[in-house]
Amino acid sequence: MTAAATAATGAAVALPRRVNPVEGLRHTFTLAWRSLVQLKHNPLELLDLSVQPIMFVVLFTYVFGGAISGSTGDYLTFALPGIVVQNALFASVTTGVGLNTDLTKGVFDRLRSLPIARSAPLAGRIIADTVKQAWSIALILGLGVILGFRVHGGVQGVLAAFVLLLVFSLAVSWIAVLVGLLAADPEKVQIFAFVVVFPLTFTSNAFVPADTMPGWLQAWVDVNPVTILADAVRGLLSGGAAATQVGQSLLWAVAIAAVFAPIAVRTFKRRV
Amino acid sequence: MKAPQENAPLRSTFPRGPRDEQTTHAILAEGLVKRFGDTTALDGVDLAVRRGTVLGLLGPNGAGKTTAVRILATLLRPDSGRATVGGYDVVHDAHQVRRLIGLTGQYASVDETLTGLENLILIGRLLGLSRPEARGRGRELLAEFRLEDAANKAAKAYSGGMRRRLDLAASLVGRPQVLYLDEPTTGLDPRSRNEMWDIVRDLVSGGVTVLLTTQYLEEADLLAEEIVVIDHGRVIATGTPDELKGRVGAQTLAVRARYPVDTPIVESIVAQVAGRAPEAQGGLLTVPVTDPAVLPAVVRRLEEAEVAIGELALRGSSLDEVFLALTGHRAEDETEDQNQPERILA
Ligand SMILES: Nc1ncnc2c1ncn2[C@@H]1O[C@H](COP(=O)(O)OP(=O)(O)OP(=O)(O)O)[C@@H](O)[C@H]1O
Ligand SMILES: [Mg+2]
Repeated sequence: MTAAATAATGAAVALPRRVNPVEGLRHTFTLAWRSLVQLKHNPLELLDLSVQPIMFVVLFTYVFGGAISGSTGDYLTFALPGIVVQNALFASVTTGVGLNTDLTKGVFDRLRSLPIARSAPLAGRIIADTVKQAWSIALILGLGVILGFRVHGGVQGVLAAFVLLLVFSLAVSWIAVLVGLLAADPEKVQIFAFVVVFPLTFTSNAFVPADTMPGWLQAWVDVNPVTILADAVRGLLSGGAAATQVGQSLLWAVAIAAVFAPIAVRTFKRRV
Repeated sequence: MKAPQENAPLRSTFPRGPRDEQTTHAILAEGLVKRFGDTTALDGVDLAVRRGTVLGLLGPNGAGKTTAVRILATLLRPDSGRATVGGYDVVHDAHQVRRLIGLTGQYASVDETLTGLENLILIGRLLGLSRPEARGRGRELLAEFRLEDAANKAAKAYSGGMRRRLDLAASLVGRPQVLYLDEPTTGLDPRSRNEMWDIVRDLVSGGVTVLLTTQYLEEADLLAEEIVVIDHGRVIATGTPDELKGRVGAQTLAVRARYPVDTPIVESIVAQVAGRAPEAQGGLLTVPVTDPAVLPAVVRRLEEAEVAIGELALRGSSLDEVFLALTGHRAEDETEDQNQPERILA
């Protein structure tokens, strides 16, 4: 039978052996389209993407503003970058939630049984999630400006902050991909997000300056990547010095991606 | 390039003559073994499905049906053994195999947040159709599966039967030559089940090769040219429905005397008419029969003996009875201690 099968494969002129890269790219964009169309039917997700950031900005500004900084405007200037960072981290997790939903609902099997590029389901999702991410960053910054956040960093500063946030969340989304591949159901991925992202952002200087915290906590806050990223974004938006923090943030992003991307890809391939 | 219509001419390009097996069989599997940890899901399964026919893969829960389908659909690699679809190896030529197959899994695998139409457009686009082509093909399939009215509803609002139909439609977008249907009618009401059977017959008359898994002997009997019965990952019987029926008895006669005291008389009458000793469970006597004429014969003999009948029925053999006949043990025998009531099939 081996010989016969091989001979039949010889007749494979009719069917190409693999996907050509151009087609692969098209598969990726088709699947990215699919993730974005989901938004249209799942207003809850849009709510997650829009209302949650709006709520955070408004609540933090008016509830904590006066107490922490003496005025809402001052507080906003301090906290908005932190809120953006926290939101970006939460949004990164959606990649894992969506991936896990596809796996548990069997959509992934259907995609895998089609003659499409093996990487397309993952790549398409990451592209779509980056678009969503960009949307919510823009929303928070825009709302901040309306509420009194002053940008001194100019257009370059804003753009640089934007790109930095996207790069960082792309790196973090590899952790989300890994969790999404391993978790038993989408809720577990959500729980993971809350358990990790909340403590991580609250033990940073994202929302309050660290000076009133106990010494041991300050030591952690100083090395917490969320602090570094929040400071980098602050610097870029306010036009202050940010080179060190930007550099460190990028290093963190590279480190996270270097550790988690290969593990996630290997885990993904085992399922593909 | 991926336009599925182009798959059609392929059939004529397969080598002819000496490589007869490859040309006559759309699916060939040899010694498939798959283990999950300590569980051996497949323990050396051979399958051969001739082009344009339906093979019924029959087995109880956990027999290994889904595992076999997943291997043939390139979703799982076998631990050993090999399989070809349309002459292409499912492991080494997986991409080509994927161009030939359509898969309707045991559980509907549609994107619940998309509408029915969007689901089909998505698949069409991924298969290389243009936007209008994909939309047209989607509409065509929705009409064929009576889902037009729900075309623009999110799939999560679909009933179970509608979801199954959409799922099947999704696997037909690319006009596959080989179609896998993993328990396509489990959980469907009788009407939807009949519809599903009609659809399968249509597809086969259009030249599609179908591998269908089922837990129902009746379904395999109605649709399949050939039936392979598996249990615990092994093939325990292969044959045409008639061959299996000949060995097993297509139907089961069940009789209960109104008064338990008459049971022995009933037992001997049934044994005489059916030609073999019935199984007794409580007061219920069952025996597989090949000839429906035994029913009136039994009635007459019971009347003559003036025995009052409590219950009398001729029904399709359950898988359990097939197992009993084929293996001499009930399907649940070996797992009694594991408390798996779902293995006891009616
Ligand atoms: N991914 C997996 N991990 C571990 N065990 C598995 C896995 N898939 C299947 N099995 C085991 O392999 C055996 C065969 O499973 P399979 O799903 O192929 O059976 P089946 O005939 O399709 O059953 P059913 O009628 O319930 O769908 C079962 O014992 C099952 O528990
Ligand atoms: Mg199954």
